[in-house]
Amino acid sequence: MVVAVATTIAAEAKAPSGRPSGRLSLSRLRWWRGVVLVLTGIFFLLPLYAALRFALENNLGHLTSAAFSAIPHMTGFLSALYLSLRLAAVTMVITLVLMVPTTIYVHLKYPRLLVAFDAITLLPIGIPPIVLIIGVLQSAPFVLKSSPYLLSLEYVILAMPFAYRSLDAGLRAIDLKTLVEASRSLGGRWISTMWRVIVPNLRTALASATILSLALVLGEFTMASLDLYTTLPVWVVNTDAVTAHVSVAVSFLSLVLTWFLLLALSAIDRRQFRKVRVVDEET
Amino acid sequence: MATTAERRLRAPGLGNLASRSKAPPPGRRPWLRGLRGLLGLAPFAVYTALFLGVPTVAVVVGAFQTPHGGFTFKNVTIAAHAPYSNGFVESLELALVTSIVPGILGVFIAYAVHTSRGTLLRRIVSTASGVFANFGGVQLAFLFIATLSTTGVVTVWLQDVGISLTTRWLFTFKGVALVYMYFQLPLMVLIVTPALNGLRPAWREASQNLGAKGWQYWRYVGGPVLAPTVLGCTLLLFGFGLSAYATARALTAGTIPLTPIQIGDVMNGNVIAGEQNVGMALGLGLVIVIVVVLVFYTLLQRRASRWLSR
Repeated sequence: MVVAVATTIAAEAKAPSGRPSGRLSLSRLRWWRGVVLVLTGIFFLLPLYAALRFALENNLGHLTSAAFSAIPHMTGFLSALYLSLRLAAVTMVITLVLMVPTTIYVHLKYPRLLVAFDAITLLPIGIPPIVLIIGVLQSAPFVLKSSPYLLSLEYVILAMPFAYRSLDAGLRAIDLKTLVEASRSLGGRWISTMWRVIVPNLRTALASATILSLALVLGEFTMASLDLYTTLPVWVVNTDAVTAHVSVAVSFLSLVLTWFLLLALSAIDRRQFRKVRVVDEET
Repeated sequence: MATTAERRLRAPGLGNLASRSKAPPPGRRPWLRGLRGLLGLAPFAVYTALFLGVPTVAVVVGAFQTPHGGFTFKNVTIAAHAPYSNGFVESLELALVTSIVPGILGVFIAYAVHTSRGTLLRRIVSTASGVFANFGGVQLAFLFIATLSTTGVVTVWLQDVGISLTTRWLFTFKGVALVYMYFQLPLMVLIVTPALNGLRPAWREASQNLGAKGWQYWRYVGGPVLAPTVLGCTLLLFGFGLSAYATARALTAGTIPLTPIQIGDVMNGNVIAGEQNVGMALGLGLVIVIVVVLVFYTLLQRRASRWLSR
């Protein structure tokens, strides 16, 4: 699942040149564009609105925030959230430690392998999570099977396609080779080149990869339910039997909060980008 | 964006230094260096092999094993007959519908966003599609339960204007397909947008200078350039729709026979204990379809990269 918001965020940054010039056949373009965007907006906002309303109404149809304020007190909610957050943290750390050096390495030393890498990192989109988890439960040693962190190890695989793609987009946007050569020729070691030159340049790519893995872990249901761990989504499904209002409220909150997090990130990135450009022009 | 380091490097006199550092260290055999170089890829290769390769192989092997470890075709035979064959047909139909429709609509939406001038709009769309495509499953199912179930907000509106959905409409094939659109469309927008950025304005201007009308540009230039990417992305949606489990599970509690749901039932022991290997045979079926999809995807991608370099 996938793919790179970071690609689009990164592309967005340089997009203006890529846009077809709007003046040509403008009027015709405008109305269909408006229709498409409005319809899409309705399709995507309507369920969000409906969920908010559903969560704010009690069975008699009165407005109340009871469903929201009840969330922390529901049995099992806090432990499910805590488990999900721990899994997310482990997933994010492993993803970064594994993918960042590898992607940089391939970009620097084996650019010809990039095509193959694109294909390999797509595999997890294809192999269904349900097949993956039964294979894991079949083949993993007992030590791993008895720990919830087995899920994190697999989430790294699920997160790989878009983690790789956002890092890839980030690396393509900077002049990696020049940066590395400059740092090396000034006497920097590999470690300090990575940590003090490349990573700061990849901040946005890293952050969006991280937040998207957070989204993935907070939403992943298939593997967790088959591995019999009550993560947040599993809890939401189980709670539905008790009270649908709370399930809907939690779903709404987790979706909207993650979205805002990502939106805020892209806004911050935008501002930094502008600052850099201004500084650039001044010097 | 030019950094100070880059600037300094471009300064006269330093250029040589940079290129000199690239020369191979003397006195080492080339094959040894090659091997050492590949060592850098080892952590990634080992990790992928352990947590993606080994489980997949385990499923493929398990599909041909009895519970005691002997070789058998029985699981595959059971998986190829009812009720599992129905599940396969239903799954393929659902994946087909939920890849073709968002595959087409997604291009229009992505293009509409792409040509709009508002950066805020683009930012909202790109972040929202990232979240919706990744968040898949459970949360989306509950949004739609609030929208279109018997007491859902939109169901009530529709009743007010005289349209009454059959009870439990959301939990039928059509309803599940609609919910799938909610993550398939954003996914399509996400993966097709980079290709739109690759359409150069110069091509459009050139075709206009040569007197082409709007539709002619799309028929002879834009369309052919985009077609392999769009097809490839649609194939990915197909694979994604085929393997989705959480949404259907949360919505229907298994009333529609879809292969992933059936696998889940078998593995959870909801059917008959000891049928785990049949579940793996079903998994094998999915893996085969996915492999075919990915092969075609790679071929299309190669074709697409002829014009659209990322």
